Order: sequence, then structure tokens, then C-alpha cells
Amino acid sequence: MAQTVIDTANHIVAYAAKAARVQVIAAYPITPQTSIVERIAELVESGEFSAEYIRVESEHSAMAACIGAAAAGVRTFTATAAHGLVLMHEALHWASGSRLPIVMPVVNRTLGPGWNIWADYTDSMSQRDTGWIQFYCADNQEVFDTIIQAYKLCENEQVLLPVMVCLEAFILSHTYMPVKIPDQEKIDDFLPSYKPKWFLDVDNPFSLANIVSPEYYMEFRYMMKEAMENAKQLIPEIDKEYGELCGFEHGGLIEKYKCEDADLILLTMGTMGTEAMVAVDNLRNEGLRVGTARVRVFRPFPKEEIRKLAETTQMFAMIDRGISFGMEGFLAEETKASLYDQKNQPLTAGFVAGLGGRDVTFKTIEKIAKKSSEWMRAGRVEKETVWVDLKE
Amino acid sequence: MSSSAKTRKERPITTLSYPTVGVDKTGFWRTFRPEVDYSKCTQCTLCWIYCPDGAITRQEDDYPKIDYDYCKGCGICANECPVKAITMVREEE
Amino acid sequence: MLKEIRIHGRGGQGSVTAAQLLAHAVFFEGKWVQAFPYFGAERRGAPVKAFARISDEPILVHSQIYNPDYIIVLDPHLYKLVDVSEGLKKDGIIVMNTTQRPEETKIGNSRIATVDATGIAIKLNLLVAGLPVVNTSILGAFAKATDEVKLESVLKAIKETWSGSTGEKNTKAAELAYESLTKGWCGQ
Repeated sequence: MAQTVIDTANHIVAYAAKAARVQVIAAYPITPQTSIVERIAELVESGEFSAEYIRVESEHSAMAACIGAAAAGVRTFTATAAHGLVLMHEALHWASGSRLPIVMPVVNRTLGPGWNIWADYTDSMSQRDTGWIQFYCADNQEVFDTIIQAYKLCENEQVLLPVMVCLEAFILSHTYMPVKIPDQEKIDDFLPSYKPKWFLDVDNPFSLANIVSPEYYMEFRYMMKEAMENAKQLIPEIDKEYGELCGFEHGGLIEKYKCEDADLILLTMGTMGTEAMVAVDNLRNEGLRVGTARVRVFRPFPKEEIRKLAETTQMFAMIDRGISFGMEGFLAEETKASLYDQKNQPLTAGFVAGLGGRDVTFKTIEKIAKKSSEWMRAGRVEKETVWVDLKE
Repeated sequence: MSSSAKTRKERPITTLSYPTVGVDKTGFWRTFRPEVDYSKCTQCTLCWIYCPDGAITRQEDDYPKIDYDYCKGCGICANECPVKAITMVREEE
Repeated sequence: MLKEIRIHGRGGQGSVTAAQLLAHAVFFEGKWVQAFPYFGAERRGAPVKAFARISDEPILVHSQIYNPDYIIVLDPHLYKLVDVSEGLKKDGIIVMNTTQRPEETKIGNSRIATVDATGIAIKLNLLVAGLPVVNTSILGAFAKATDEVKLESVLKAIKETWSGSTGEKNTKAAELAYESLTKGWCGQ
């Protein structure tokens, strides 16, 4: 029976893992992910969720256990945040190189020092090179739906890369919102059981992840690149299929709002995406032709979608909840790189906001839009990157 | 003074914390306060050992002294006292 | 219509649960809701804040609440530590657990509704770990003070969270608070 529940994104993650009929979970707690694994543990203990729950002593071990389970051919799950994610860094590479379809929600919390439990994208962005697909969610409904979609995506033979489903600390993880949970039958229809092409089997032994010489290594990497390209094709199709079956779509690779006639487009990610929609409506009432586009998938980076958006607008303002030291905001960099060969390039301006959980309101976003418009009218961007609301 | 009060240039380059007296007098958090009946106290010092906040001082004669500026009223001392010399009393409104 | 609510309490008093219950109650009436805590020092007894949003339309904002329409104060001592009325909108209403009458409270210049939720809890023997449970009764008071949610919705939310005698005691507390609330203005 489809039902609507009001719950935190963390609990919703647990229900999604259950709805996806995950078979093995190996996880370690860390604020602000803890209530995910606590709720899963409760569901497994009560028998409501029939999965194997492996208690491990660290996140590195959690990912190692997931690699083992996925390689043995079962649907596997873990979840982490911040320092837990970076502790498993080595194993992240191992999982993607082994071409294992593991799905892992990451509750985006920044890295210390300064010790900080609140939201920004430093943790998952610092892992953008690991070969994992990355989704960034804007609300609890999207968190549920994306986890189900993620399994359908990564278990596809054309993909077979692990997936991170990212959600901001506290803003989503601990915030209660209504979520419609589709009929289990519909979910089962959409996501049938996992049928791996190969899996570790004592009766048909082989070893996985062996040494490979320079003569042969590169092509394995090329195949991963191809898998990422395939994912880019499949993601919008899967989103649409899920929407038709279960009721909600989330924009595929990029969720656009009032971009068709916009002179200025605010590029955002996560919850800033919906906050920006409120800003756009306010600004439109003041006569500004502005729109917003929320980048839902960061890996593979939706270059073609960005280029298409660029064709019909004069300026992009990229808002990043994070920074790559020595360069700029992640979204800003990659957007500009995607636009390099574009004829008629729009102006671009990068904004860094909300680090360490600093609040970003629609008023802040309106200020960003107004500053960008000023520069757009002058035909020149005064500052490549602006750190918003920085204290003196 | 905390970092938040200083300008960026006045702050140290990373989060250094120095011991400071009087920051955040957590005594205000109490709903119940521990009261020692010194006539019952056997100076076993268990309350001093168990206080998780170091809010109890072991005096020269081994009697406990509770620092109510910082005591949060968790009740562990009352729970651990083997002769029930400590009672948790409701703070007044 | 978007209404924003801030709840002040002490860690362990159920401020977050209050926000969550309010969200459930309002949701039964067909509205959109959001409820979230603000995490600081996580410790029993420390001042904590929780928040809720109520709207006729899907809620797209995720940022903090700075100018609430309503403020709920679960603990009568909190105003000594925290400016509980900070940011309250001009026509806002405070709902406070206290034995004081509205004109005796000195926490700002606004409408206030007072109820002795602690007294109700003690009367009903509604205690958890020795401490009076005030978050359910205060929601009954909130319903009467603000008309943003019906008492039946609050009672339904309570009953769906706690069954049996716990559910009954909590609903009784909400009903008693609804009836014994006093509306007025803060003293000066």
C-alpha cells in the first residue's frame, strides 16, 4: 500500500534500503548518519527487514565488507558521512575498480579541523575522482526515490559502478518532511532482484581485482569511463520510468526551474536548489528574468545539459557549498570546463556559500542573483569567485 | 573570548582552544541539584571519582565540595554514593 | 500561507518530538509540514531549539527560521538563559509552560498564552525518568492559543505515536492544557 509518512531523511533512507530489498548492510555510525544505521538495525532485528547486518569496527571495514558482499552477488548497502567517508577512501577506489553496484547514502558533513558536524559538500566532493556515480538530493522524497533508482542504474550491465546518494547534514538528515512511499509491488516491478553476471563462487572459482601490467591496465579504466557515459544516458530514462510507475520524477541530470526565458541562471545543488526557486519567484516579481537549475548528478558531470542551458542564457551564477583549495568551487570549476568550447559563452561567476553548515536563505540567493545581474548588465564579472556572507 | 567575537585577522589560523575560566556556566542547565548530607558522608571519594564533569572537588579532609557553577545535575554522584548521603533536590523556579 | 514556529526546551524534554508531533497533527489537516532541530551541545538539560513550518503549499525553503510566527517554551526557567522571544513577528504569539499568568511574564512585548504544563504532568503522573512530560500538553495549549491546528488533530497525532495508557495520559494532558490555557499579553 502506498503511504505517506512524515520522517527524517535518515529514517527515509532506512525505509528505502528495505524497499529496495537490500540483502547485506555493513555500516559504522557517525554523526549525522547514525539514525540511518540505527533504524536499519531496528528493522532487521524485528524481522521486518530480512537482510544481513554486519557490525564492523570502522568505515574502511564497512566498505571492505560491502565489496566482499557485492562481489558475492548480493544487493549491498552502507551509509556514512564526512570523516567516515574519507576513512574509506582507498576502498572507494577498490569498489569502483571492481565494478561493484554498491549504493551508499552520504550525509554531507564537512571535514575538520575546525571540528564541525554541519552541512557542506567537502566530503563527497573530495571523492569525486573515485569512479563513484554521485547524486545530490534536495528533499526527503528525492532521497527515497533516488536510492531505488540508484540500484536500477548501477546494477545495469552497461553501468556496474557504485553510487553515492548525497543528502545534507541536518537540513535533510534530521528534518521531518512528508514522503510518499510507493506500493512495494510497484517498487518490485521497477527494481527486480539483482542478477549479477558474475559473482564469487567456490564451485566456479576465480579471483577478483588482480594485478595488471601497463600493457592492459588502461583499457579497464576506459571501460569505467564508458560506464560513466552510459550512466549519463540511463539516468534520465530511469528517472522518467520511476516517475511513471511510482509517481515522482526529479529532473534527470539537472532539474530546471523557469530557465527557458532566463537571462541569468543560478546553478545550485541540493537543498539550495529549492531555496533558489523561492528566490527566483521573488526576483521575477521584481522584474528580473532569472531561473535556477539544480545539478542533481555531479558524476558523471552533465556537460551536455550545461551546454544546452548555456545556449539560451547570458549568464550563469554557480553557487557552491564547498571549495577545492588552490582552485575554486567544485560546481564552478566543472561548469566552466564544460563551457570552454562553447560558441557564445555566457558570463560565469562563482559563489561559495554555506560552508560548515552556515545558513543560506532565499534572501542570500536573491543577493547573489542581484550582484550577478549587475555584472551582467555591465558586461563584465568583477570577481571570479565571491565568498558569500564572509565575516570580516 | 570566543573566536566568533574576533575579526578574521585577529583569529588564529586554525581552531586553537585555551583553557578559560567562567565560559558557559553550565550550572544553569540543572533541573535538580545534588545536596550532600555531610553527617552521613564517609569520605569514600566515590562521588569525586564518578563526577563526569569534574564539578566535585576532593577537599583536604576528603569531603566533597560541589561546584554549582558547573554541576549539571546529572545525578551520578547521588547514584554512586554508597551511603546515600547525596540527594537530588528540585531547583526553584 | 507559511507559518514558522520555534520551540525552546531543554535536552531530553522532547522539543524535537513536540515539533514532530505538531507536524503530524497539521499534516492530518492536509497541510505541508517541516520539522527540524537545531543541533548544538547535545546533552540532557542543555537549552535546545526545534523548529517547524506549516504551509498550504509544498515547502521549498530549507534554511533556518529567524522570525517565527509562534514560539513555544517548554521550560519555565529558560527565559533566564535564553532570549526566548527573539525574532518573534509583531503579531506573534508565545505559548509558555509556566505557573505565571501572562501579565506576570516579562519576556518581551507580545501576546502570550500560559499554561502550567508541569503541573498537569505531575497531576496525571505523566513522568519519564522522573521528569514531567510537558511536550504533549503544550501542543494542546498551542492549538487553543493559535487556532493553527485543531485539538482533535493533536490528539490523533499523540494516539498514533503512543498506544495504550501512555497514549491516554498524553491525550488527557493535551486536553487539560487546552482547557486551562490563559491568553494575554506579556508584562512590561
